[in-house]
Formats: sequence, structure tokens, C-alpha cells
Amino acid sequence: MLPTGYASFPRVLSVSQVARYLKEMLEIDDILQDIWVQGEVSDCKTYPSGHCYFTLKDGSSQLLCVFFKYARMRSSALELHNGMELAVNGRVSFYERDGKLQLYVDSVQPIGEGAFFLRFEQLKARLATEGLFDEERKRPLPRQPSVIGIVTSLQAAALRDMLRVLGTRYPLARVILSPAPVQGAEAPAAIAAALDLLNEHGEAEVIIVGRGGGSIEELWAFNDEIVARAIARSRIPVISGVGHEVDFTIADFVADYRASTPTAAATAAVPDIADWQADLLVKQQTLVGLIQELLEDLGSSLKHVQRDLQRASPRYQLESRHQQLDDLTALLQTHVQYILSLQGERLRGAALRLHSLSPLLTIARGYAVVRLEADHTLVTSVQQVKPGDELTIQVTDGNIHADVRP
Amino acid sequence: MKEALSFEEAFERLEAAVTALQDGQMPLERALQLYEEGMKLAQHCNELLQKAELRVQQLSVNDMGVPIVQPLELS
Repeated sequence: MLPTGYASFPRVLSVSQVARYLKEMLEIDDILQDIWVQGEVSDCKTYPSGHCYFTLKDGSSQLLCVFFKYARMRSSALELHNGMELAVNGRVSFYERDGKLQLYVDSVQPIGEGAFFLRFEQLKARLATEGLFDEERKRPLPRQPSVIGIVTSLQAAALRDMLRVLGTRYPLARVILSPAPVQGAEAPAAIAAALDLLNEHGEAEVIIVGRGGGSIEELWAFNDEIVARAIARSRIPVISGVGHEVDFTIADFVADYRASTPTAAATAAVPDIADWQADLLVKQQTLVGLIQELLEDLGSSLKHVQRDLQRASPRYQLESRHQQLDDLTALLQTHVQYILSLQGERLRGAALRLHSLSPLLTIARGYAVVRLEADHTLVTSVQQVKPGDELTIQVTDGNIHADVRP
Repeated sequence: MKEALSFEEAFERLEAAVTALQDGQMPLERALQLYEEGMKLAQHCNELLQKAELRVQQLSVNDMGVPIVQPLELS
């Protein structure tokens, strides 16, 4: 009811009344209470309270925005700064005290080429600060996992690639697939849940999480904080294999092992039985070698013992005596022959000397040897003979018989 | 006899047999026994590797909220 005196005026309202009316009008509008607005950030100020104030503008208009601390925390939003192109979600209302129409921001999404990179870098920096990428957190992969968990889409070509590699390299294993869509809005939560489920089930000894190559938008789920946290809290070591060699995702940084592709992840997860087969062959050869060596050693020992035994036998003793006898006989013969030959030499020497003394040589020079026919006594004096004695006169070529004349 | 042995068990025993033989100093009969056993284990391992086939299961949650695995058939 208006005071008296104002009757001639049109109906007059207080500022507060108008402000409240404006506020109410705005807040009953469904469109304005959940709206997405795109524009460029300017006049951005963040206060120590944690609240952030900025103006969203395009070529011809601007809109005041308030981003309260609680909303910023809840949406784990990136840091805003002037010049950013943003899509802002929130509600429009009227701030009565300052008479401002404002957008109360719930969440923000960067727009355009740089947006993904920015969010990536900011989340990466934040998780790095928290220590989620620290080397000390990385757990060693089991060498021979008998159960391998895989988190990927059932439809993914990458799944077939991974199963092919696992089946070839290590068919002894069992694979437990915990399926999750790997792209789209629901992907991050689904991937995180699939990881959690594998942990709850508890049989997998290593988990591969990944998908094949795609655009940055298609790989984006693996840059989501929800996925990063699920990998970080997994009690089972996680191998990431996302996209191609060049693609690095937040998941790669958090994972215990980063493989460049899903195929590489499967390769890293298991040993290759081809190596084992080679190893088995070596072991078999070693066994054969060892037993051969052993048998040869034993054989050679046996030979030694047999020889010793033979030596100890009476027959061997006898043979040995025979041998000794033969040896001695031979020795004796040698000695005898030596002695004989020595004597022969001496004999020859003596004969030669004898020969030089032989009277025959004298005879040859015209002397003669005269003997008594009767007793062959040498006649060296006339006193030895008397007439009638028969003499033998020896000359070089024979004997002459003669009588001593009276 | 060794049909029940897993690859890992058989391989471990094979390694043990080789090591024991390498250490030597045992009766011939024991050595021959180890050798024969080792060769059988290696054979067993080889057969396991040759006939092994990757098993693939799918994890899901049953009505009670408990994770369960079922064989997975890929179309």
C-alpha cells in the first residue's frame, strides 16, 4: 500500500523491491537456471577466499560471472585467466546489493584447440605435485602373470590385438576382461569402475588398460582425473597402452608401466614362451651332457679299477715273472754277446801279434827250421844230433826229410 | 605321472634336477633317476607349451553385487 500523496504518481517501488523482483523473475526461468554460455574470459580476479570473478564477453556483449570456491573445488576446474575461450555452465541471477546481473558458475569447459592441452597440462601438474607420478610408486610387473586383467571396450580392435599377442607369447595365461567404453562422456567413470572391479575380484596379477589410436577427443577419457585416480589406487600393477607411440595420456604417467600401444602393453605384460622353449632345449642338452660326462667318468674309473685288479691277479704276477725272465734272458744274451765279441777282438789282436813273431816269416827269407824227426825237437846245435838221425827241414813251401851223415 | 604338474612346477623341478646333477656327488642310480626325471619334465613342459591355449573370461557383477567371471565369446 502506497503512502498518501503518491496517489497521483504511477505506482512506485523501492530499489529493493525491484531488485528482489528481478531476482525472482530470473530464478523462475528454467533456461536461465541451467545454462551454458560461451565467451572469452576477461577481468579475471581470484581472491584469497578462493572465489573467482570474471567477465565473459563476445564481440558485442558481456556478462558478469562468479565462480565460488566450492564450485571450483567440486568441478576440479582448471585455472582461469584472461583471454581463455570458455563454455560456462551455471545459473543467472541478480545480485541485489551491487545491482548486478551475474552468472553463478557451476563448471567450466575450455573450448577449442588449446583447451584439451590446457586441461591436460593443468591436471598433469596437479597430480605430479601430489606425487602420483613418482617413480617410487611404480610397482614391478610380475614376471609370469598367470591371470591378466584387461580394461578396454569389448568392441575394440585393440582387444583382439592384445589377445592375439597374449595367445602367441604366453598362452599359459588366463585373461579377465573387465569391459568399459573407452570414449564418450561415460567412459572415464566406466574405466575407473572396471579397474576397481578387477581389484575387488582380485585374481588378476597385472592389468592392462588401454585402447587403440584415435583423435585427441577419442583418447580423452585416459586424461581424466577419475581414471588417473583409479589407476593410482589399484593394488594390482597397471600397464597403460593408449593410442599410438606419440600419444601420452595422464593414464600413462600414473600407470606402473607405460606401453606405447595396446599391443606393446600385451607384449610387456608377459614373457615369451619361445624363449622358454629355447631354454628348455638348453636344459635338455645340459642334462644329456651331464649324464654323458658322469657315465664317461664312471667308465674311466671302472677301467682304472679293472687295471688295478688285473695287476693284482696271480696270472698277471705270473705273466709279469715271465716277462721279467724274458727281460733278464735278453739282457744276459746281450752281455754274453758283448763279452764274446770283446774276446774275439782280443783274440784277433793276439793272432796278429803272433803272426808277426811267426818263424815262418824268417823261413821265407831263406832260413829253415830243423827238427828231429823222432820228437820234433828243434835242432839249434850240432851237439843235438848224431849220424843216422833223421831230420825234418822245414822251408816255406814244405818239409825236406834228411839223414845226418857220419 | 606328471600330467598334474603345472608348467611352473615342472620347470622349477627341471631346474632343480639340472642343478643337482651339476653338483654331482651322488650314486649313479640317483643320477640316472634325475636325468630321466629331468628329460620327462622337459618333455612335459614342451607339451604344455605346445598345447596351451589362452583362456579369456569376462568380469561382471552378479545380482548380489559380487564380481563373477564367465567365459568370453568374441563375435
